[in-house]
Amino acid sequence: MSESGNNYREPRPARVAAVLSLILDKWRRDPTALLQILREAQEALDWIPPAAVEQLAQALSLPRSKIEGVAGFYSFLYTRPQGRYRVLFADNIIERMQGSAALMERMCRSLWVEAGKVSEDGLVSVGTTSCIGMGDQGPALLVNNRVIPRLDEARIDQLCELIRGEVPLADWPAELFVVADNVRRGDILLDAGLQPGDALKAVRDRIQPTGLDASNSRSWREGLPQGLAGPAVVIDELRRSGLRGRGGAGFSTALKWDACRNAPVPVGGCRVVVCNADEGEPGTFKDRVLLNSHADLVFEGMTVAAMAVGARRGFLYLRGEYRHLLETLEAVLVRRREAGLLGEGILGIAGADFDIEIHLGAGAYVCGEESALIESLEGKRGTPRNRPPFPVTNGYLDQPTVVDNVETFACSALIAQRGGDWFAAIGTEKSTGTKLLSISGDVAAPGVYEFPFGVTIGEVLLACGASGTQAVQVGGPSGTCVNVAEFGRRIAFEDVPSAGAFMVFDATRDMFEVARNFTHFFAHESCGFCTPCRVGTSLLKNLMDKLANGHGSPYDFAEIEHMNHILQQMSHCGLGHSACNPVLDTIARFRPAYERRLSNAAFEPAFDLDRALAPARQMTGRDDEGAHLPVHFEEAQP
Amino acid sequence: MNTTFSLDGKEIPFREGQTIIQAAQADGKWIPHLCYHPEFKPHGSCKLCTVKVNGRHMASCTTQAAAGQVVESDTEELNAERRTLLQMLFVEGNHFCPSCEKSGNCKLQATAYELGMMTPHFDHFYPSRPVDASHPEVLLDFNRCILCSLCVRASRDVDKKFVFALSGRGIGTKLIVNSPTGQLADTNVGLDDKALQVCPVGVILRKRRGFAVPIGERTFDKAPISQTEEA
Repeated sequence: MSESGNNYREPRPARVAAVLSLILDKWRRDPTALLQILREAQEALDWIPPAAVEQLAQALSLPRSKIEGVAGFYSFLYTRPQGRYRVLFADNIIERMQGSAALMERMCRSLWVEAGKVSEDGLVSVGTTSCIGMGDQGPALLVNNRVIPRLDEARIDQLCELIRGEVPLADWPAELFVVADNVRRGDILLDAGLQPGDALKAVRDRIQPTGLDASNSRSWREGLPQGLAGPAVVIDELRRSGLRGRGGAGFSTALKWDACRNAPVPVGGCRVVVCNADEGEPGTFKDRVLLNSHADLVFEGMTVAAMAVGARRGFLYLRGEYRHLLETLEAVLVRRREAGLLGEGILGIAGADFDIEIHLGAGAYVCGEESALIESLEGKRGTPRNRPPFPVTNGYLDQPTVVDNVETFACSALIAQRGGDWFAAIGTEKSTGTKLLSISGDVAAPGVYEFPFGVTIGEVLLACGASGTQAVQVGGPSGTCVNVAEFGRRIAFEDVPSAGAFMVFDATRDMFEVARNFTHFFAHESCGFCTPCRVGTSLLKNLMDKLANGHGSPYDFAEIEHMNHILQQMSHCGLGHSACNPVLDTIARFRPAYERRLSNAAFEPAFDLDRALAPARQMTGRDDEGAHLPVHFEEAQP
Repeated sequence: MNTTFSLDGKEIPFREGQTIIQAAQADGKWIPHLCYHPEFKPHGSCKLCTVKVNGRHMASCTTQAAAGQVVESDTEELNAERRTLLQMLFVEGNHFCPSCEKSGNCKLQATAYELGMMTPHFDHFYPSRPVDASHPEVLLDFNRCILCSLCVRASRDVDKKFVFALSGRGIGTKLIVNSPTGQLADTNVGLDDKALQVCPVGVILRKRRGFAVPIGERTFDKAPISQTEEA
């Protein structure tokens, strides 16, 4: 690192100290808030300079290697200097189809910066990131973690002008940052029209007055003498509703809440309710809409959960890509506190104390896994834990913890208000209620659609104006890829389950490239903890690249199947288990897309001499014909 | 009292709270492993100790033994899967056994021999991992690191020093040391630290002690790891 060139602006330790002191005070110098402290430090300093690591190590009494370990884990934290404008293009297949690669190239050319690097003057860096939840209004990018959707050439040129002019982000035109909800079809959830407090009042009214007294005189949270219906009546309603977790796994919400309620609380601890808003599955953006326009419903559901299980602390773990929602959400929390719907003595019930804190992620898909999310909430690297024990007994700081998806909490609020039987009458027997689908890709009207469970894929395609569809990736890369013959299948836990993504591909799309994009995603997002996933996802990515480079052979198919077996059997968590799904699904359904890329030989090496010379061409600035080897070197010999 | 489980057809007794690998080792039965060490909290990351418990793949170092479990370990299926994991570890780093001081004492090498790994199978990643020779007495050759985190746990739990830690993510996960310069010489590591004694491969080496025991007379030269390792 040269000090002379002003590429690297290492801030003076005094400035770092001033910045950190405010942040540390805000987070009560709590080491478990390390990730939040680092994130805010970076927002203020553009990166995490060594002086910040040093000062945080002292202030939080943490080894600096721990701070570096955490900072090194999250994509949006940088321990090396970055541009003052950090541009990250969303690189999901949907944005690729919308032309993101060409737009990124246009920006790089315009700003004289190489993708993945910092510009010579230290002004800007341009790179890619995983899906940022804007598939309905892409291509999109993040600049210093703020979303700019609906990119086109004009918008890119406008951004380049702003960056070149060094206009502070706060002064950029507000219309650049406008994110639309794009709600296309509402049902019980999106059209609920619940007023803040409605569900909580319904819970209160459901409890017999004697139960309320008893719970007050004992403890609201620890339950009631036998035979009196206390706050746990909510769990009975949930059980009747048949509600299953909307994050994808479909676990019974009533069972989860009940287990947490019955788990012993460690001395000095409390039960905890966590809302998983780390909506990282590529192609999913329905939680973005719920949080933007129905935050009260979500917070209400969390508070209902707190009443039911007896929790005192709540967290909303919001993915870093949704930083733009933070101020709105904080404002809703303030309003709810003022209305007596959060804080001490909710609705005037003595002992009903609960509040919610928002933590932001920093670019790590694996934190959507509940135990990794809890690690992240504790300020650590987002590595999934060994289970058992499960979070319901040993979650946040070893306390009984309920972790549920944003949509699950919204449903819970509705069930608390309108009852379990009402909810169970909607959807199918095994999948009650409705499902929010994030629809993107080759459709006329991308956006969020709410359908009762049991809707067929064909019906959904009709509703969103899809034509010439050859495939739908339901539930994102870790979900299921279906073809035309399967459009009669239903969105339901018992048929095609979905955490919400619904990516549509018409007949012009190359399904091999779709799968290849997903293998790159998994390799990028593997946490690196266990051998099979850390190495296996990269090997799988390399295999798909080998095919893309025209070096594939039947041998590689066998290799892919072998890799799938190892990842499924040996991986530590669901990320590894599902990393091969998109490849296997597309091989099974779109084999010609692969076969086009196979040579006839039984085996082809991945090594390509001409490709290996690429770094030399780059160094010499040559890319003319003479700088390339003939395609078939041996054949070209005289 | 029924306090045994079956391991490859043999009844293994266990105490309450023991993991499968602990009970197996106490009974003299070897299950391949790299990140597990009896003195430290199990980590469950290398996955080499994966066994089938009632038909399901589970890491035996983090799975509690329970009465009546049917556990398979020494089967061709599991050993083939373990060979693949070993191959992954070999191609992920830069392992050149013939020139490595740890050859013959290396658990990665010995386990690969034991399980009959004949080739690396996959294309090598050839990562760039500079060595740290800053310390006067200790060399760190990260090329051989398999990210088992034993040194991390030993420094944290035994030495109470936090000299080592993991940083990065995914295939970029790496071992780092706790100093402002990022170099071992600037840490408070002590030569008697447990962290310096536990590396199963050849990352943490004492300087100027090269080849004190000749090749051919080293631990795993004399007997395979399955018969040598701590019971």
